[in-house]
Amino acid sequence: MKTIGYYPGCSLHGGGRELDMSLREVCRLAGVELREVDDWNCCGATAAHNLSHELAVALPCRNLALAEQQGITELLAPCAACFSRLKGTNVRLARSAELAGRMREVTGRDYRGTVKVLNLNEFVSRLLADGLAAKLISPLALKVAAYYGCLLSRGQDIVEGQDAENPDGMEAALRAAGCEVVDWNFATECCGGGFSMSLTPAVTDLSGAIMRDARACGAEAIVTACPMCHSNLDMRQKGMGGDFQGAGRMPVLYLTEVLGLAAGLEPKALGLNLHFTDAMSAASARHAQPVEGSR
Amino acid sequence: MARVGVFICHCGENIGRTVDCAAVAAEAGKMSGVAVAVDYKYMCSDPGQAMIRSAIAEHKLTGVVVAACSPRMHEVTFRRAAAQAGLNPYLLEMANLREHCSWVHEDRAAATAKAVDLVRVMVEKVKRNRALLPVRVPIEPTAMVVGGGIAGIQAALDIAAGGRKVILVEKSPSIGGHMARLSETFPTLDCSQCILTPRMVEAATHPNITLMTYSEVAAVEGFVGNFQVTVRRKARYVDVAKCTGCGDCSTKCPQKKIPNEFDANLGTRTAIYTPFPQAVPNKPVIDAEHCIRLTKGKCGLCAKVCTRGAVNFEDKDELVQVKVGAIVLATGFELWDHSAYGEYGGGRLKDVIDGFAFERLASASGPTSGRIQRPSDQAEPKTVVFIQCCGSRDEKMGKAYCSKICCMYTAKHAMLYRHKVHDGRAVVFYMDIRAAGKGYEEFVRRAIEADGAEYVRGRVSRVYRRADGKLIVRGADTLAGKPVTIEADMVVLADAVVPRAGSEKLAQMLGVPYDGDGFYSEAHPKLRPVETAAAGVFLAGACQAPKDIPDSVAQASAAASKVLGLLSRDELEREPIIARVNSQTCVHCRACINACPYRAIEDAALPARAGAPAAQVARVNEGLCQGCGTCAALCRSHSIDLDGFTDEQVFAEIATLE
Amino acid sequence: MSQTRTSQLASYVSRHTGVNVAECYQCGKCTAGCPMAAYMDMSPNQVMRLVQIGDEAATEALLASEAIWACAGCLTCTQRCPRQLDPAAVMDCLREMSCKQGKASKAARKIVAFHKAFLKSVESGGRMNEFPLVRNYKLASRDFFSDVALAPAMVVRGKLHLKSQRVRDKAEIRRIFAACREARR
Repeated sequence: MKTIGYYPGCSLHGGGRELDMSLREVCRLAGVELREVDDWNCCGATAAHNLSHELAVALPCRNLALAEQQGITELLAPCAACFSRLKGTNVRLARSAELAGRMREVTGRDYRGTVKVLNLNEFVSRLLADGLAAKLISPLALKVAAYYGCLLSRGQDIVEGQDAENPDGMEAALRAAGCEVVDWNFATECCGGGFSMSLTPAVTDLSGAIMRDARACGAEAIVTACPMCHSNLDMRQKGMGGDFQGAGRMPVLYLTEVLGLAAGLEPKALGLNLHFTDAMSAASARHAQPVEGSR
Repeated sequence: MARVGVFICHCGENIGRTVDCAAVAAEAGKMSGVAVAVDYKYMCSDPGQAMIRSAIAEHKLTGVVVAACSPRMHEVTFRRAAAQAGLNPYLLEMANLREHCSWVHEDRAAATAKAVDLVRVMVEKVKRNRALLPVRVPIEPTAMVVGGGIAGIQAALDIAAGGRKVILVEKSPSIGGHMARLSETFPTLDCSQCILTPRMVEAATHPNITLMTYSEVAAVEGFVGNFQVTVRRKARYVDVAKCTGCGDCSTKCPQKKIPNEFDANLGTRTAIYTPFPQAVPNKPVIDAEHCIRLTKGKCGLCAKVCTRGAVNFEDKDELVQVKVGAIVLATGFELWDHSAYGEYGGGRLKDVIDGFAFERLASASGPTSGRIQRPSDQAEPKTVVFIQCCGSRDEKMGKAYCSKICCMYTAKHAMLYRHKVHDGRAVVFYMDIRAAGKGYEEFVRRAIEADGAEYVRGRVSRVYRRADGKLIVRGADTLAGKPVTIEADMVVLADAVVPRAGSEKLAQMLGVPYDGDGFYSEAHPKLRPVETAAAGVFLAGACQAPKDIPDSVAQASAAASKVLGLLSRDELEREPIIARVNSQTCVHCRACINACPYRAIEDAALPARAGAPAAQVARVNEGLCQGCGTCAALCRSHSIDLDGFTDEQVFAEIATLE
Repeated sequence: MSQTRTSQLASYVSRHTGVNVAECYQCGKCTAGCPMAAYMDMSPNQVMRLVQIGDEAATEALLASEAIWACAGCLTCTQRCPRQLDPAAVMDCLREMSCKQGKASKAARKIVAFHKAFLKSVESGGRMNEFPLVRNYKLASRDFFSDVALAPAMVVRGKLHLKSQRVRDKAEIRRIFAACREARR
């Protein structure tokens, strides 16, 4: 059984529960043990970097120091914002000895920069490389729009190996799961981010535009790897207008939920019943008979 | 017995204010070997030079030191004066009391002491100078122009009019270049082909011009006045002597769907084809990659149909050697490939096109007969967005420079579009308008004020194709301070001007430097715009830097005048500051041959008394050597010395200071 | 060697973000791609321009603007800037100044309140907990009635815990917050 360090972040224990659940199911399937960082704190997310650049580095720095101390060399941060803050902190500390010194003062910990941070797409790619595709025996025949959002496509120092204008980190996994990945225009457009409560019209505008383009380009569902995006597209879908009410609703799935469904796992175990916009019906897009043999 | 004259110049206040020239002259007068030492306000003036000439005669001087400005300013002037007085010009040296002394110091006493040292050093050197005679090399009185666009054509015509023979080498099947693809030219809106084709015909028929089309330069040997160029004449598969240009072959050719490069791939052509109706020569070539007969051995219809039997499938590339005395590079430009621009569709959106594609749409002889129709569905676009600076002024895309012509051709495109589609909307997104030429500003204002083009100041962040087919353009109006979104039917990108592919290889063949953006480097950015660091190689047109047609033509004529100047003599006189190899001590280690940046050193056989070669040594080619001294510095057997800067001279200068 | 003369604000921004605003040539690509521009009282390129000008009036206008608070930090501007500048980082820097100097625009009250409520929740227990976050936010913003229906829906789905999650070493978290409050360079 392989092990990887795990930083769930506040959202995976709260609004992003389904991501945590489906991720754990997929890891169980792949034989990977998630080793949660003991006593982790909030990474600071958007609020910290908006109000205090020192706090925005210090909070993630404590987590990295803890992980290092606990013998973790690779750390999976499934929330895109947490990933951005943690990996970004690694980058900033490496770039500035002055900042690293200041952080030692502020946190009281001596982090030596040895923890490598992975995002969900990178982690899933690795699972695929290690043979996860063979376990996806119940392909999910859905037309999906792969939605990356801001923090999994932009920030070139932080997001590695992706073309910021045309990212494809989820594509292989989605195809392996049997989905048809549509060509669409809003893969990297902002959903409104942290303005869910404080400037809700911005979220319904931006997220609504995303959903509309996905539908116009033929998608039956949107797949995301970020809990903030998921919340904006899923929880706030009701406010997007008449075309997204009732029968017009479009399910918003996590990448790990798609993989779990394609592996034949139970929708409820993946958290599909916890969405605000019905996602359980997406599960029926699975082939009735499991497909024999590996891919 | 050395008799050196020292002349100290005040250079007005430039030297005189910081250096006590009279005192320096007094000290110089005491130096061993100095026969006369004077100071004067302006040595380079007529009376100043007269002073030097009469001193040479009066004191029978064996050497002269002029202590004044930099030799780069007036060395030539003073050497000429010495020659007029009968003294070998290379027995005159300059000590730089201006750029090296008065202009960089403030302390008068220290500067004066330094000036005395500088004079003393030069006196010691001059005492060891030898009289040198200019090197003479023969000149082949023929020129070669590489590139048959408007710049190449103009250069060829001017050189030919000057009475010299020219070989005009062009890579594609016809001369004409990009100008032949344009619809109309700014600022007059002249029909481009109408003003170009007379020149093309003149170039083809001029008795002094030999056209080598569908040909490329394969190798270059030699030096200024004496180049050996190997030209590869690509196989046309058509005998131009027999061909009448009737066109029956193209009509019958079954391969009709090949993307037509001339039409920016908007239209198609056949495998046997003439690039455009006004081509010069108006004879077809066969595109060997797409010809069924040449790739699969079948068809051959064109040969059957040709009443003159001009088609020859057995044709081969031919390598031709020519001797020329001067070369003009006029290889032109192409437009940057905007597939790298992910936010504008990454080259995947069919209705996002570049400037040349628009020209072909607008051109009466283009794939749509001059009707503006968009590539995807041939519909007439009702809203066209023009985006300037696509790739230019953009460090992120690797090009910091401005491409110069885009503001003008975009205004022209907007005007042409509005002329043809009266209810159409032309929106131009720009950062700045660069319209500095004659009539250019007025032209752009006309586009806006008379022809209704909408100019919005701001760059475009993104272009994408909405599901319903509309191209959504997200731009900004920085003057109003807000984003602007346009739903367009077609988008024209003003892609950056870049040098032609393959231009680097050509430059390397010739030893011509080029800059980080691939444009050929001129010898001096201000004062020598058409010469290069390679003697005998000149530049014309956009291969040197982005430029429009008037500037290309002007530069071509300038290059031609340099060529005619070079070829006006039977022999070439060169500065004798060249390296010499002592063949007795040379061990032929070839380090100098490998190190010489001008490839001016060659292997030579030393004959023994009986005539059979006794040894191999290095020998400096006097025609190419630029006197840089690299070989002299690294020769391990101390076999190389530099005339005018011998080891003896240089060490004497150094020793003087100790 | 000559140095560019920069305004006081531009120097401050440069020191804290590494961005040299003199390099901005006001092309407007940041504005063109900004998803939140419609909610801003001045466009992103105008924000950069005012930093360039950086005198007292410009600084006041920036710190009191809605624009800096409406920025979502989506990085579209930074990603596409042809001069490879980082307008998003400049926005962060201005937000920090605005908040610490108490100059945040009244129109952005809710946004600032949300960020503060978030951090308050983190400071007290080391993690963000939805319940105290929403409570503090509503008290500070006085927006009591939005999203009220969402709360039970969240609770039922296990997404809104009535009991807060906490870090064991809460004192360390508070020390970190206190240390960051001191530094005002």
